[in-house]
Amino acid sequence: MYRKKECIAMLLAGGQGSRLYVLTEKNAKPAVSFGGKYRIIDFPMSNCVNSGIDTVGVLTQYQPLVLNEYIGNGEPWDLDRANGGVMVLPPYQGKDSSDWYKGTANAIYQNLGFINRYDPDYVVILSGDHIYKMDYSDMLAQHKQNNADCTIAALQVPLSEASRFGILNTKEDGQIYEFEEKPKNPKSNKASMGIYIFNKKVLEEYLIRDENNPESSNDFGKNIIPSMLGDGKRLFSYVFDGYWKDVGTIQSLWEANMDLLGKTPNFNIYDKKWRIYFRHNAKPAHRINDGAVVKNSMITEGCEISGTVINSVLSSGVVVEPGAVVKDSVIMSDVCIKSGAVVNYSMIDSNTVIGENSVVGKELSGDAKITVVGGSIEILSGKTVPDGMIVDPNNVKSL
Amino acid sequence: MSTAGIIFSNIHDENIAELTRIRTIGSVPFGCRYRLIDFALSNMVNSGISNVRVLANSNYNSLIDHIGSGKDWDLSRRSGGVKLFPPNVLAHGNYGTTNYTTRLGILRSLSAMVSNLKDDYVVLTDCDAICNVDFNAIVKEHIKSGADMTLAVKSFDVDRETARRNTFVKSDSDGRIVDVLAYPDDFEGVADMLLNIIVMSKKSLYDIVSLAQVHNYNSLTKDIIARYLGEKVFKIYRYDGYFACMSSLDHYFKENMQLLSNKQTYSELFDIPSRPILTKVRNSPPTYYGEGAVVKNSLIADGCTIEGTVENCILFRGVKIGKGTVAKNSILFQDVFTGENVSLNCVIADKNVVLRDGLVLYGCEKLPIYIEKGQYL
Repeated sequence: MYRKKECIAMLLAGGQGSRLYVLTEKNAKPAVSFGGKYRIIDFPMSNCVNSGIDTVGVLTQYQPLVLNEYIGNGEPWDLDRANGGVMVLPPYQGKDSSDWYKGTANAIYQNLGFINRYDPDYVVILSGDHIYKMDYSDMLAQHKQNNADCTIAALQVPLSEASRFGILNTKEDGQIYEFEEKPKNPKSNKASMGIYIFNKKVLEEYLIRDENNPESSNDFGKNIIPSMLGDGKRLFSYVFDGYWKDVGTIQSLWEANMDLLGKTPNFNIYDKKWRIYFRHNAKPAHRINDGAVVKNSMITEGCEISGTVINSVLSSGVVVEPGAVVKDSVIMSDVCIKSGAVVNYSMIDSNTVIGENSVVGKELSGDAKITVVGGSIEILSGKTVPDGMIVDPNNVKSL
Repeated sequence: MSTAGIIFSNIHDENIAELTRIRTIGSVPFGCRYRLIDFALSNMVNSGISNVRVLANSNYNSLIDHIGSGKDWDLSRRSGGVKLFPPNVLAHGNYGTTNYTTRLGILRSLSAMVSNLKDDYVVLTDCDAICNVDFNAIVKEHIKSGADMTLAVKSFDVDRETARRNTFVKSDSDGRIVDVLAYPDDFEGVADMLLNIIVMSKKSLYDIVSLAQVHNYNSLTKDIIARYLGEKVFKIYRYDGYFACMSSLDHYFKENMQLLSNKQTYSELFDIPSRPILTKVRNSPPTYYGEGAVVKNSLIADGCTIEGTVENCILFRGVKIGKGTVAKNSILFQDVFTGENVSLNCVIADKNVVLRDGLVLYGCEKLPIYIEKGQYL
């Protein structure tokens, strides 16, 4: 027996994140680690819980093992509930048809069964690749107040950059009259954040209709929203003015990590009123040895620092040996940086060893490009990894 | 064969009276992010013991909060798991309502719990047994030797103060205990000290509790071990890993500082991959080091913000070190806040202490300054 829920969330976490290259070789983008202790998916999941949404369907498809294991029973987010909680929803084989998730809309369509069990009035559609803190309950309140069929969260971007986004053209009261995907001459600076609240009945109707249209690419932005607008449905924008970052590329993922640093960081994760929850691995506190220099950096459990760490974010269990230097870098869990090694402006995936006196990347400056080293690799002693390179276990290529 | 665990959360509370005024010895913070009971609980779980009873007799609010459902130790189980037993004080009874403070007394008052245990063997441990030990090895040896009780010991070179708060045993070549020296006033030197980790069969435990009820015995050491060592076979199990022995606040201070100065000690406690020490999850973000941070030889938990100088310190979760502040040789508990230009040496600051701008506090190793929970200075 399922009890009715007013609002449930569907989290799209099936994307490959191909522009993260080697970082998403063995796991889905939402499971990529972020900010020392977190994974990208912790942000939308924690937002749900902090907004009072206790039923979350996570749609997985690409390399789901790490993600499934990470979500588990949902206990870290208090989503191990008797009624509701988190449910991982992979594509499945049906009686008459079976298919991979063809697009964002198709993924939700295939899981209408899950949604209908809770008979919700509203469905929040989220994606698993954004870093932000947002109160969905405030967005829902506005959705109800507007008597809307759909509300789309929007970020105000500089007009000069607006042509990179899906742009919402709205009337004064926020009602959307036009949606333009990457317009050449943008009329508005309200960029869609890919966060939607739908009236469930309307959503279901449009998903079914979209599914029956063989021409459709089954995408919310390309198909569902334009056809709702065409039918004169009430679509509204919800202007969000906090920090939001799409971490779909190596550069933006690095930037988002750097945004955590500073005396007054661009993105504050120390806010006790809006905690970000994560699955914990039991490691002892970190140790800073004599001779270590640590400035403007984040360091977490299980690390041992004997060298120099400046402007960097280190995940758990990272060892920085004496004489090693880490600058402007993001180091993922259990990486060992041997003595004398220098790591500059790089991202290094978990379990990798940077050999003695080796040099990875180039000091952050005008023309330097970011360097990426994949997981479980050993960079041999004395070797140099030039900037802009992506070191992959199988092949080495340039960014 | 299955083994149950019994943890005494309040035994030796008086050893560190400063820290146990508001908490059990089991909930005394240690080593950056742990509480003493974490060692007992983790040792249980890592030895495959999943039916654990924690027996408390006073001050157990913080303990209830810390243990919660037990899920952080994987002890939230449908069958077994961790259960907290407060004192068995009856509302309408005029007998059996004593709040016992000794191990045997507590077991007597909870005799129903003892007789309900379904497991074949029982491991009993105190909370001030800070070590990373495989209880299974003790149980195995206990079964092999056929003893009535097996007690873990470690050879220590003790001073008088430590001796006064501990029990020492002599054993023959078979490891059978032949003499007991309990809480001696004038002893110092090398001796086998009881670690207060005891293994026996459930039946032996039940027999001992029955015996204690009949004879009104209260002390496990004096009334059972010392009295019956001719009649029953009590054997020792020699443990030689790290064991923190804490009989006073300055010992507590010293043992914490050992984690910094002695890497061997630290590794024996925390670096055994198959036996991690688990604790309550607090969801702290990583620690942030500001531009002005200068940190040397310190252990630092997550969620701290460091803008000043930290040397030879142990910082628990959520500590803030202000600009220009210099903290040396100190232990700062959870959420301690230091303002700007504070100067500290040999200070133990309890939870939520606030040290305002410009404060200077210097203790010394034998006499660390202790600041009570929540004080504003």
